[in-house]
Amino acid sequence: MSVVVTGIGCVSAIGCDVEEHLQAFRAGRNGLGKISPFQSQLQVPVAEVKLSNEQLKSALSLSDHSIYSRTALLGMIASQQAFQDAKLSTNSLRIGVISSSSVGGMDLSELHYSEYVENPTKVRVRPFAHHDIGDHTEQICNYLQLSGFRTSISTACSSAANAIMLAARMIKQGRLDAVIAGGTDALCRFTLNGFNSLMILDSEPCRPFDESRAGLNLGEGAGYIVLQSEKTVADKSQIYCRLIGFANANDAFHQTASSPEGEGAFLAMKNALDRAGISPSEVDYINAHGTGTSNNDLSESTAIKRLFGENIPKFSSTKSFTGHTLGAAGGLEAIFSILSIKEKLIFPNLNFKTPIEQTKLIPVTEILENQAVKTVLSNSFGFGGNNASLIFQQYRHE
Amino acid sequence: MNKYPVYIQAAASIHPENPLENNAFSAKEPDYKEWIKDAGLRRRMSRIVKMGVTAGLQCLHLQNTKVDAIITATGLGCLSDTEKFLKSISEQNEELLSPTPFIQSTFNTIGGQIALLTGNKSYNMTYVHRAFSFETALLDAMLMLQAGDAENVLVGAVDELTPTVFGILERMGTFRKFFAGEGSSFFLLSRNKTDNTIAEIIDIDIFSGSFSEQEILAKQTDFLKNSKAENADVFSDKIYKQNCGEFHTASAFGLYYACKQSDKNEKILVTNSFLNNHTSILIDKF
Repeated sequence: MSVVVTGIGCVSAIGCDVEEHLQAFRAGRNGLGKISPFQSQLQVPVAEVKLSNEQLKSALSLSDHSIYSRTALLGMIASQQAFQDAKLSTNSLRIGVISSSSVGGMDLSELHYSEYVENPTKVRVRPFAHHDIGDHTEQICNYLQLSGFRTSISTACSSAANAIMLAARMIKQGRLDAVIAGGTDALCRFTLNGFNSLMILDSEPCRPFDESRAGLNLGEGAGYIVLQSEKTVADKSQIYCRLIGFANANDAFHQTASSPEGEGAFLAMKNALDRAGISPSEVDYINAHGTGTSNNDLSESTAIKRLFGENIPKFSSTKSFTGHTLGAAGGLEAIFSILSIKEKLIFPNLNFKTPIEQTKLIPVTEILENQAVKTVLSNSFGFGGNNASLIFQQYRHE
Repeated sequence: MNKYPVYIQAAASIHPENPLENNAFSAKEPDYKEWIKDAGLRRRMSRIVKMGVTAGLQCLHLQNTKVDAIITATGLGCLSDTEKFLKSISEQNEELLSPTPFIQSTFNTIGGQIALLTGNKSYNMTYVHRAFSFETALLDAMLMLQAGDAENVLVGAVDELTPTVFGILERMGTFRKFFAGEGSSFFLLSRNKTDNTIAEIIDIDIFSGSFSEQEILAKQTDFLKNSKAENADVFSDKIYKQNCGEFHTASAFGLYYACKQSDKNEKILVTNSFLNNHTSILIDKF
């Protein structure tokens, strides 16, 4: 059963819908700025969505008095765009929601935690009802008035790619007809300090795949796609592309670091190609994980070289625009991969000057238009050695 | 559509065995030294990680099989590490924080650690969706086995009761029906039947919404009818939560309990309702 993409929706620091993202990419404009939604003394750039919680609620026509985590609000914005874009018939289709996040409602919990610790029997506990990862998915289902299957995945930075993978498998095995799949994460003090404690935040704009790279920039956002079984799509002009390959593999090397030979990344990419039944030479573009950390980019480059040999496809990391949006990254980057096919363009990797000494790979540094992009590989790797790869391919409209 | 059946080959659980204390059940923990041999690693692991990893390793040890996937579930994840890191942020004013609790607060820590300790490079997934966490992990495992994508899969769930979770959920009214609980239960699933096979998983049913007890019962009856298992023995959460207490992944213990309690060949329906999440797991116990 063929799985196709019929809807996309995204919000990140570079835009609040698909069109704004394309404009930012074409203008070479990243979303980095100063930290504003919470107090922090850390001096690092972050890529915030340029809408406050109040503005997000208003855009969603939600009551100003109701409590929502920012993670849920971002998720609702992007999933609604994807849902509307796909024009799904809610009467005749079995529609599921598979979402992901790395921290869920932490943006709310961290605001109220200290108060709670000081006075656990008195302070209100209502905000903590949104702490769990499942909360944002339930909020999305309520908002879109979908009552069917839903679940949530959390595998750190590969979360959303894994959500998309499960969606494809459930459609292929006949459990669902259509799925809204992706991920969302809001910036919070918890995550910012977490990555700071690991000493992998760059105080400058990140430089993926550059010899001088010094870490990542955190971002926030949400990206959702609608996957559908091809036979349930009445109007084939709705179809963006196919999802033809996917795989998840574990690096089994270290809780946070990637192996020097990039074993998990290699296996994820190779198994995804095998599942798609295509050879490496058919890949036209790799939307790399490319966080800008010393460890990831070397490991990923090594894995790419092992798999593609001398014929390295064009590749780039769009995290130089959006920052690393963690649980949303796999969703946003799936959308960028889909747009690459639809718009015939390849996104640039900002801030690249010098190749990594050991691997010497050179990413695309200027936006390339009018490219014959048929097949795109999207990588998302996370803590716990969790590596996921997705392969999207052009749909031939008859 | 389904090329292969799904069998439970082994089950392991760390769960409450002692009487209630302060209105809560706590899991009877084994000597972790036997399972997590590296003392430094053991010291760094929080209680939930030790509990989850050990139940997983126990399950693998029972069969000594290489698994093609490790799938875990947790409702709230590694909360004591999450709290430890939150505290350090405010107490140390964002300076010189130890990354260990942050690293271990990640929801997929248990699945990642099992992969690391067993050198397993295959599929690794973590589900975190309230009372659907375990059932969707189980569904993922079933999809893999049924499609022939895997021969053996390790699937399990873990949640821990910390003082903060107890305090907050108690005040939200979560423990009105059952006492608070915790635990970790893991299962080795296989598409191959052997002399050791405990049960076959026939199907699972997952639905959401605010329903009356009668409506839920009617849906369970429909599910049994569709599966031609009208005479199944029902192990509802009213039965097994007397032993493990209430938590997001209690139904994983429910499945373990059904496997251990029933001593005859019969069909069993393990049911759970928590908030608006309702689930049923139908097995054929051998």
